[in-house]
Amino acid sequence: MAVTAASPSGSAGHAHEGTYSGGLLSWITTVDHKRIGVMYGVSAFFFFLVGGIEALLIRLQLGSPESTLIDPDLYNQLFTMHGTTMVFLAIMPLSAAFFNFIVPLQIGARDVAFPRLNAFSFWVFFLGALFMNASFLFGGAPDAGWFGYANLTSTQYSPGIRVDFWVIGLLVLGVSSIAAALNFIVTIINLRCEGMTLMRMPLFTWMTLITSFLLVMAFPAITVGLVLLMFDRMFGTLFFNPMAGGDVLLWQHLFWIFGHPEVYILLLPGLGMVSEIIPVFSRKPLFGYAFVVYSGILIAFLGFGVWAHHMFAVGLGPVANTVFSAATMLIAIPTGVKIFNWIATLWGGSLRMRTPLYFSLGFIAMFIIGGLSGVMHASAAADLQQTDTYFIVAHIHYVLFGGVMFALFAGMYYWIPKVTGRMLSDRLGKLHFWIMLISFNLTFFPQHFLGLHGMPRRTFTYESGLGFEAMNLMSTVGSMFLGASMLIFIWNVLHMLRKGPPAGDDPWDGATLEWSMASPPPHYNFRALPVVHSRDPLWAADTTEAVPGDDPSVPEPHMPGPSYFPFVTAVGIVVMAAGGLTTALPVVAVGVALILFGIYGWAFQPLEH
Amino acid sequence: MSQTDAATMEMHSATGLPNRKVLMWAFIGSECMLFGSLIIVYMVYRGKSLVGPYPADLLNIPFITVTTFVLLMSSLMMVLALSAVQRGDMRWGKVWLFMTAFFGMIFLGGQVYEFTHFVHEGLTLQTNLFGGSFFLLTGTHGAHVTVGVIWLLSLFFMAQRGRLTQANAETVEIAGLYWHFVDVVWIVLFTLIYLLV
Repeated sequence: MAVTAASPSGSAGHAHEGTYSGGLLSWITTVDHKRIGVMYGVSAFFFFLVGGIEALLIRLQLGSPESTLIDPDLYNQLFTMHGTTMVFLAIMPLSAAFFNFIVPLQIGARDVAFPRLNAFSFWVFFLGALFMNASFLFGGAPDAGWFGYANLTSTQYSPGIRVDFWVIGLLVLGVSSIAAALNFIVTIINLRCEGMTLMRMPLFTWMTLITSFLLVMAFPAITVGLVLLMFDRMFGTLFFNPMAGGDVLLWQHLFWIFGHPEVYILLLPGLGMVSEIIPVFSRKPLFGYAFVVYSGILIAFLGFGVWAHHMFAVGLGPVANTVFSAATMLIAIPTGVKIFNWIATLWGGSLRMRTPLYFSLGFIAMFIIGGLSGVMHASAAADLQQTDTYFIVAHIHYVLFGGVMFALFAGMYYWIPKVTGRMLSDRLGKLHFWIMLISFNLTFFPQHFLGLHGMPRRTFTYESGLGFEAMNLMSTVGSMFLGASMLIFIWNVLHMLRKGPPAGDDPWDGATLEWSMASPPPHYNFRALPVVHSRDPLWAADTTEAVPGDDPSVPEPHMPGPSYFPFVTAVGIVVMAAGGLTTALPVVAVGVALILFGIYGWAFQPLEH
Repeated sequence: MSQTDAATMEMHSATGLPNRKVLMWAFIGSECMLFGSLIIVYMVYRGKSLVGPYPADLLNIPFITVTTFVLLMSSLMMVLALSAVQRGDMRWGKVWLFMTAFFGMIFLGGQVYEFTHFVHEGLTLQTNLFGGSFFLLTGTHGAHVTVGVIWLLSLFFMAQRGRLTQANAETVEIAGLYWHFVDVVWIVLFTLIYLLV
């Protein structure tokens, strides 16, 4: 521990500002995992704000009964795009930002296994996200819910191109997710440095690996569902047409076979971050490392066997409902194991109450509440009362905001000093935390009661006199403060970029390899590849030997050169999507030509320039 | 696609397996879920069509048995192609690469004939659930064969220009993994769609 203790005072001259230098073109052609991570982070946070504004508009409408602020049509678009944006354009890419920036550093690698494929994943995500949101400008956004239940999405009930935007947009985003996940599977399996055995990997890297496997296994199911829907809408097939024998429940099965693993795709990276942060700020190794790893694997495994708990109300029968109830309750066990492990890590530790730990503790508390309401509607009998009410809205926000977003903010406060080389203000961070924690609970806790009192979700208003007014008003006021807490965070980041004090290599006295190098890291990460002998290499006694770091006597390694082919290929995919949307075959042909040009250029371009 | 394990990056492999091969295996895992979902759609809708033509009216098992045999033989040729490239025999390597792609094209030709024939008999995407699920499932497989044929022909032309040599045997091996996977999928489809008609 003593070896790194000197660094918090700052070795600012050490920082590699050159990691981010260069004009717009250098960002478009970059294949550096750190720059790609930054691009993921900035664009995901932008879409997080877009989805947040959609949520605030929803809350404004629901602040008073029989409000006419937002008409039903716009309301449908807002809740559809809020869900779609937060899941696919905010939380998943925000996790991807951390995968990109942190994982190669944590495993002692110079980049991901396929740097250009990585750039391709980002550009497909970014252009696909713009494509999806462009719907607001062209005839209205998707309005059939983020779950898109058949046959609400049929051309009969959803004419026009709104749902087509949603279908094609999600297909495009799926390409990005699967490509990125494949890349991280190979990276983590193959690029671990010497001595980094699987059971020495940092927890965040472990959860990234598990999440990546979930992605490649779960996305094909929704891809097939979306293709069926696209064929129904564009080519007149009958897959979801009950008049021709089609089964509308098939959509729900395909969607939720993807949709429930997706919950863990959103959650597991956050669990990994908290499992990194709590030990560092408790000055203790994680309690029961192996248990936490195996619990993560078990959660992922069970996650594929519980999808029908989203369908208790459709009448699958008592046998199916019982089995899925029991399987769902089983998931509470490995999840509970993790919570006990975190608490046991904190127990007896010498806690340093800094912002990342605040958010981690907030995460644990909020996630327990979300988990408890989850176990409640794991029971099919209880779920029949709660389904499609605000109780479910409260539950998912306790899991995805109280859980995932608190963990992601913990991760941001923890790792942004590594990304930028500067420290965020701890005072503003704690102010952000308290306002976010209180306003989050003010927003979502009353929704439990609203739901149990029978207020339906996805409905643009409610009548006065039903007893919903006071709690809805509380929720709306809370949401405004929740939005305001984001402004504190943004101010903190902007202030840091101009005046933040230098972070030094290792401001937190971290245990893992990313803290062994300059902040921001040089573009090649490690001059000589490190060798590790334990789970906490920087805390081990032989640190200097284990982590050669930025030894100037070792020549700078050659890194892959920039390439514009991933960008071209991504543009081709989105052009093809736009052509498909408008059924303009020449546009599709242009898209295909761009894709072919991009792929062949890519395949024959030497990696190094 | 990208040759990241270039020596310049000093990227060793912790497992000893080449990066691209691990990538292809993970991709095949994902593809199993894709075809699995499509097969489930076909099986769920089996016998659910309200109007004809029904599978038994149209499916020509002897004809498809022949094209299935052709596709299986192409897998054998893929093995021979890889073996030739691995021992540096590029002359036979090129022959077998081309023949693999050629047999793939024969299979695709059979599929084009079959689809056209079905349309003439009155089965389109819009006719009934059988039409939709059959064309989507076998069409997705056909699209995979098409990608494989383009890939193999690209390798063949690279070899013609001397840009594919014994040193690139891994490239051929990975294309082979893909090709064999697509063949295995067809064996499942042949059994479920045609033999269990």
